[in-house]
Amino acid sequence: MSTAKHRRRLAVPALAVGAGLLLAACSGNENGQNSLTPRGPAARDIDTLFRLVAGVAAVIGIAVLVATVVVAVRYRQRRDRPDAPRQVHGNTPLEIGWTVVPALILAVLAVPTVRTIFTLAEEPPASERLDVVAVGKQWWWEFQYPRQPRFGIDRRIVTSTELHIPAGVPVNVRMISDNVIHSFWVPELNGKKDVMPGRRNRLTIEADRPGTYLGQCAEYCGLAHADMRFRVIASRPDAFRAWAAGQQRGPNRPWRGEVQQLTAQKYQCVNCHVFDDSSKVALAPNLTHLATRTTFAGGTYALRRADLVRWILDAPSMVPMQSKDCRKPPPATCVGMPSYVRNTPKGQPVMTRRDAEVIADYLLAGR
Amino acid sequence: MTTVQETLPAPRTVGLLLRRPRATTGLWSWLTTVDHKKIGILYGGTALVFFVIAGVEGLLIRLQLAGPNGTVLTAAQYNTMFTMHGTTMVFLVGMPLAVAFGNYFIPLMIGARDVAFPRLNMFGYWVFLLGGLFLYSSFFLGGAPDGGWFGYTPLTSTPLNQGFLPGRGPDFWAVGLIMLGIGSVTSAINFIVTILNLRAPGMTLMRMPLFVWMMLVVAFLTAFAMPPVTAALLMIIFDRNFGTLFFNAAAGGDPLLYQHLFWLFGHPEVYILILPGMGIVSEILPVFSRKPLFGYAVVVFSGIAIGFLGWGVWAHHMFATGLGPVAVSAFGLATMLIAVPTGVKIFNWLGTVWGGSLRLQTPMLFALGFIAMFTLGGLSGVTHSIVPADTQQTDTYYVVAHFHYVLFGGLVFAIFGGLYYWWPKVFGRMLDERLGKLNFWLMLIGFNLTFFPMHILGLQGMPRRTYRYAEGMGWDDLNLLVTLGSFVIAASVATFLVNVALSTRRGAAAGPDPWDGRTLEWSTSSPPPEYNFAAIPRVGARDDFWHRKYTEDAQGRLVPLPAGGADAATATAGSPPGSGHAVGDGHGDGHGIHMPSPSYFPLVMALGLPILGYAAVFKNPWLAIPGLVVLLYGMYAWAIEPATAED
Repeated sequence: MSTAKHRRRLAVPALAVGAGLLLAACSGNENGQNSLTPRGPAARDIDTLFRLVAGVAAVIGIAVLVATVVVAVRYRQRRDRPDAPRQVHGNTPLEIGWTVVPALILAVLAVPTVRTIFTLAEEPPASERLDVVAVGKQWWWEFQYPRQPRFGIDRRIVTSTELHIPAGVPVNVRMISDNVIHSFWVPELNGKKDVMPGRRNRLTIEADRPGTYLGQCAEYCGLAHADMRFRVIASRPDAFRAWAAGQQRGPNRPWRGEVQQLTAQKYQCVNCHVFDDSSKVALAPNLTHLATRTTFAGGTYALRRADLVRWILDAPSMVPMQSKDCRKPPPATCVGMPSYVRNTPKGQPVMTRRDAEVIADYLLAGR
Repeated sequence: MTTVQETLPAPRTVGLLLRRPRATTGLWSWLTTVDHKKIGILYGGTALVFFVIAGVEGLLIRLQLAGPNGTVLTAAQYNTMFTMHGTTMVFLVGMPLAVAFGNYFIPLMIGARDVAFPRLNMFGYWVFLLGGLFLYSSFFLGGAPDGGWFGYTPLTSTPLNQGFLPGRGPDFWAVGLIMLGIGSVTSAINFIVTILNLRAPGMTLMRMPLFVWMMLVVAFLTAFAMPPVTAALLMIIFDRNFGTLFFNAAAGGDPLLYQHLFWLFGHPEVYILILPGMGIVSEILPVFSRKPLFGYAVVVFSGIAIGFLGWGVWAHHMFATGLGPVAVSAFGLATMLIAVPTGVKIFNWLGTVWGGSLRLQTPMLFALGFIAMFTLGGLSGVTHSIVPADTQQTDTYYVVAHFHYVLFGGLVFAIFGGLYYWWPKVFGRMLDERLGKLNFWLMLIGFNLTFFPMHILGLQGMPRRTYRYAEGMGWDDLNLLVTLGSFVIAASVATFLVNVALSTRRGAAAGPDPWDGRTLEWSTSSPPPEYNFAAIPRVGARDDFWHRKYTEDAQGRLVPLPAGGADAATATAGSPPGSGHAVGDGHGDGHGIHMPSPSYFPLVMALGLPILGYAAVFKNPWLAIPGLVVLLYGMYAWAIEPATAED
């Protein structure tokens, strides 16, 4: 009996340590999207708080698990014991105890919780922060940089899928949506914030060091919600300025000649896309500096020529799109990129592979 | 008097067009019965069929996610699967299974012969069945629901031609849920009136079995939670079809309004689902520990407290929507608070088992499993009340893990415990103990394999409701494990079905009281006669039936009473019909007890609802006419048909 008791006394701390190791092991996943490996102040505040609460919860949880097993084994019906247990109907001090003690534990946990809530809600001062606007679309992200000469941004920059930020600088992300609800989430930099039509939500993100941090739309937004990914690319402040300068230049290969004829007249890509002005907002991603991005198609594909050609020809075969209605006249809304080889949009021809290659080569050449 | 009846020959029958059904066996008896026990079996059987369907949907989800970039389902199919898995499990499995147990056992446990409104009871079942069939008919009629079980606006509320969600899924979903809500509210009101008015003499509120208490709380929650969601669903239907702009931000509407209305239903709904499970476990633990429930009053009041607090925490589903730090702090603290009465229950259950003489039979194993698994779900719930942490966890697999620990580790374990516990009472035959234990262990292992790794996946950034994930995210191995676990759960459920099949053929006869039970349902035969008790029992104590069998010595130890030593007034309860003295009405009906008569009209009236539903989905006013005719005819005939047939 005493050894059993001894064993039990050891079991709880042993299992608590086990739980801690488990959390540590989970932190080992360096996938760029792991909330357990915070890479910025906000995510770190959250992680510290979570580890505290998870630790307390793990100890209580393991204690209850162990108690359940121990009680079940110890008090099981046995032939060598009389089958007439004492009829205990309750124990008021004990019951008051296990009402008050959890309440006290929670009261203690409430203090850092509320403090962190208010810390995270603080807006960084306008003089220190970079402002960006994240626009949720079905199913991709548009990022707009309003004019901020302090960061070398002299005219608006409109880009998509990849959000460039300077490391060590708080970034004030304002969020808008003109369609459904999305949620902006970069786990290693902060928790998520919903992007709601008609509401002005905001979130501060800051990366300690240069690096790439993965993000994902976290609110179900329809068919291709899973493919609505993005990435935050943090770089040193001078590298960020260089990137911003590059984005503000026009395309270094003019949008003229055959490619203009194909995209403006033949296939009417310009109904939704912009090719030669990175400050313009359009229905679909601004393609002026597509070649400076590493991914496309909602961040689902690396930017490679073969995939880009395939995308231009038949995007719905790579990411599901609601493009059947593209053939109908308005008000039918075409959600997503249509296919140019099946169900081509109204009045437009089936695209040849050569035409797609011309467009792709233009997009990939323009820096 | 006599002449009047002859000159005006039975005006009721003339107006009805349908004769009073007479069948007591066979299909027609099941279609027209008003017996709470038969209705309970119908609820349970139907819900178990939906449980298997929703389980298959879950397995398809898991096959799709077994590896990165899965191709088992298309994105559209996947979105339909998670929408229907959730909707089915909540509205067509969880709620009706609780209603099944409530229907069958509330009257038996409080010493009543039926529920207060037997025909309304049957109506509730038909609405549930037809509502379920209506929802599933969408697969063949223009698109199954694909907006999520929560159906957030404006995704679901935007008119079809704007293309946010193709197909008629949201229409079917909203109309179907309104129908199911009608069924739930009727059964809730029925339970409330039954419990408050039909208790046997001496069955005071504080002598009621815990399960009855919890069902009373659940019934109040249901009656008050359904109206806000019904309003929200009607607003969706109007936005989508009739040009209103409740949720259209561009026109001054507010999508967030929907979330408030939905979760004002949705959070009490969580307790609507889990409190019956807590009630079932509170019945099983004392019986198999041979000890009374530890701190009965505290368990009752903590259940009531959970019911009340459940109304003040809805916004913890909305911590990422930008409510502002003051609001989220308030809702976070309220959410923490609800952990206190929940913890009290867990400790009281352990106190019940502590010092007992435990029979580790299948119902008890499931009840103990419930305590352990539900506790883990409750604790991960506490981490959600830590608002900043929740902004990382919400909409990830961590939440999927959390609520499956609550609803599967909690509710489903309790339901299976209840099935094994009460099966002998309902069908008169035992379920096999060895298969039962296999059932339990497979479920415990499969459940943890499936849902524990999801905590880790969610913390490592895997979002919910995504039909595929990329390679190289480090999620592959855990997802494969999860998928394997889900098939272990499937094997466990299959074991149960085999057990049921074998029990039906060659299960051992149960006898009236196979577990040495404590509550009144064990005092009558298995299965109970139509009238439940030959004589309405007179209740002298909590766990009255137990006190007819046992007493305590000076040290509080259990002492069996000699057979026949029980109170003479209650000893006749389980005796064959005719021998006891029936309390109340004395109509000659074979057994001397007059029960409510079967009726067609609950079914007729319920049949009108899906017709009206199709009229709403397809915006077809011509369909509304037959729907209204059937509905109003059923309503009229029901109203003028007497509850009991003239002999």
